Amino acid sequence: MPDQPEMYRILSEEGELIGEVPEGLGEQDFRRMYELLLLSRAFDEEALSLVRQGRITFYAGSRGHEGAQVGSGYALEPQDWIFPSPHRELGVHLAKGATVFEKMSHYFGRATDPTQGRQMPNHFGSKELNIVPPSTAVGTRIPHAAGVGWAARQKNDPMVAVAYFGDGATSMGEFHIGLNFGAVFRSQAVFFCINNLWAISTPLDRQMAVPTIAERAAAYGIPGVLVDGNDVLATYEVMKTALDRARGGEGPTLIEAKVVRLCAHTSFDDDTRYREPEEVAEGERVDSIPRFRGFLQKQGLWTEEWEQELLESSRRHVLEEIERAEAAPLPDPETLLDHVYYTRPEEPTEA
Amino acid sequence: MAKMNMVEAVHRALHEEMARDSNVIVLGEDVGMAGGVFRATQGFYEEFGENRALDTPLSELGIVAFSIGIALYGMRPVAEIQFADFIHLAFDQIYNNAAHMCYRSAGTYHCPMVIRSPHGGGVRGGLEHSQSPEALFLNCPGIKIVIPSNPYDTKGLLKSAIRDDDPVIFFEHKGLYRAVTGEVPEEEYTIPLGRAKIVREGADVTLVVWGAMVQLAERAAKELEPKGVDAEIIDLRTILPIDKETLLQSAEKTGRVVIVHEAPKTGGVGAELSAILGEEAIDVLQSPVLRVCGYDSPFPYSLEGAYMPSVARVLEAVDTAMAY
Repeated sequence: MPDQPEMYRILSEEGELIGEVPEGLGEQDFRRMYELLLLSRAFDEEALSLVRQGRITFYAGSRGHEGAQVGSGYALEPQDWIFPSPHRELGVHLAKGATVFEKMSHYFGRATDPTQGRQMPNHFGSKELNIVPPSTAVGTRIPHAAGVGWAARQKNDPMVAVAYFGDGATSMGEFHIGLNFGAVFRSQAVFFCINNLWAISTPLDRQMAVPTIAERAAAYGIPGVLVDGNDVLATYEVMKTALDRARGGEGPTLIEAKVVRLCAHTSFDDDTRYREPEEVAEGERVDSIPRFRGFLQKQGLWTEEWEQELLESSRRHVLEEIERAEAAPLPDPETLLDHVYYTRPEEPTEA
Repeated sequence: MAKMNMVEAVHRALHEEMARDSNVIVLGEDVGMAGGVFRATQGFYEEFGENRALDTPLSELGIVAFSIGIALYGMRPVAEIQFADFIHLAFDQIYNNAAHMCYRSAGTYHCPMVIRSPHGGGVRGGLEHSQSPEALFLNCPGIKIVIPSNPYDTKGLLKSAIRDDDPVIFFEHKGLYRAVTGEVPEEEYTIPLGRAKIVREGADVTLVVWGAMVQLAERAAKELEPKGVDAEIIDLRTILPIDKETLLQSAEKTGRVVIVHEAPKTGGVGAELSAILGEEAIDVLQSPVLRVCGYDSPFPYSLEGAYMPSVARVLEAVDTAMAY
């Protein structure tokens, strides 16, 4: 058996620095990261509530994943492309610049969704932000990131394509194919797995017979990194390193960010049927938000007033944008056949 | 004007487009150093370099999925799937990803890519070197499907497919590769996708065909002449989108339609053509629309002669139509 990769951490569970603060990050960044964490959490809670109220049809929660999402998303450059999973990546979208209004427009399927309500909730995309809207079968975009990252290399473009996926996706053929193509062709790509231990109700030991996803990188001759996904700074740093490496033409990296899913798989799932409540309780204890708060406190960057102000302003902003998005028009039925083809065929399809 | 066979026409079209646009690359199994198992990409590795005649790991899914990424980034990959029988391995990538990308992104992303693949039977290929899987993609809005029948069309259609901004599946009948030669102009020309071609004008019955079945229909038409039956032949050329106008005009003219294809009958392209005629040409039809197809079985090895549509089977169908 090869050596197990060690879990990379910069912050202790209490938010104490047990490593170096990543280069290039300062107070402003720490505050922004915390804002993104709280905004993600507020969005998540309100979106789930919208399903319960029957105002949107579906939601896959990000609770418990925000640390990995915000940490990795914060390291991305505007020209970097992401291939999000069709379930989460809320914090990555927000870090990349997606507005709550366009995200909510997507959940309501409105014309103001950047992809005009084409897909069901949780399939957000935005060309402007280089977020490619996903197809639903998990893992199927992993080789796309390898292809984009190869094409960028042909053009000497300093961009990186990042495929985000979960632990379940690592059982797909596309995981193997994407990593293999990416490695063989030294694509400017990063493969970012947010391992939340469950694929709906299927636990990790039914996906694979090795202890970590990160170690599977060895099979492709690329670095595999295991990071605590609840540690925003550690996640940022491993992502930044992987992005720099890919941008420099040295090839892709597989990152496994380990988190605990603090919610059911989606609004249609009841996770009490298959997992113990202790797991969630333990997950709440090590969650990225209190941990990062602890870090800010120890740095003298946190006050109770600021916390209250942030909580309130995040919630208010989300609620306002929900109202605006819900009031936005549905796509015009006349547009149903638009964009089936990029170039309209000579013989248009009949409605 | 040069005489060339089908595979030379493929090679010519690819070469012209690669020379014209540095975004055009070919990729697939054995397309680089070996020049392709059918030699369609011979010499490209030497002339354009390893990154434009890209040998890939052995994975049809990977070739298509990697191409999608390349196309999303604005290049124009021409992926080769060594045999059409293996295209099924990439089905989700073609259907849910390449074909749906434009729609799912409301026109903001698109996949300008071509998947070339040799298809068709009659070459002693058995179950998985003989299939004609075009109908599997007919029910897939967002994709275009092209099947040429001769070297001239091959060059013109392949160049159009490469320049098209949507994903195009381009099936080349491997039985025709070296069996058919024809004049192919050296100069630049393209043939628009979505337009069928009437390859023989006739008054009594319309034979709708594509790929290798065009030649078969021509032989059948010759045999029908002495019987006083004047057959019109439509070479569909593009399977999706279907050129309904040419089909319906011909049906109106002859009143009888026989569709011939190699793929199994049930759910084949012939079923769709027949449905279009049933919906839109019922008033002008003088007989039922008949289909001469492969049987509803996997493609047999030893019995391929019995499986493939033959002139005799076409004549029999025409007789039935004429006698109706």
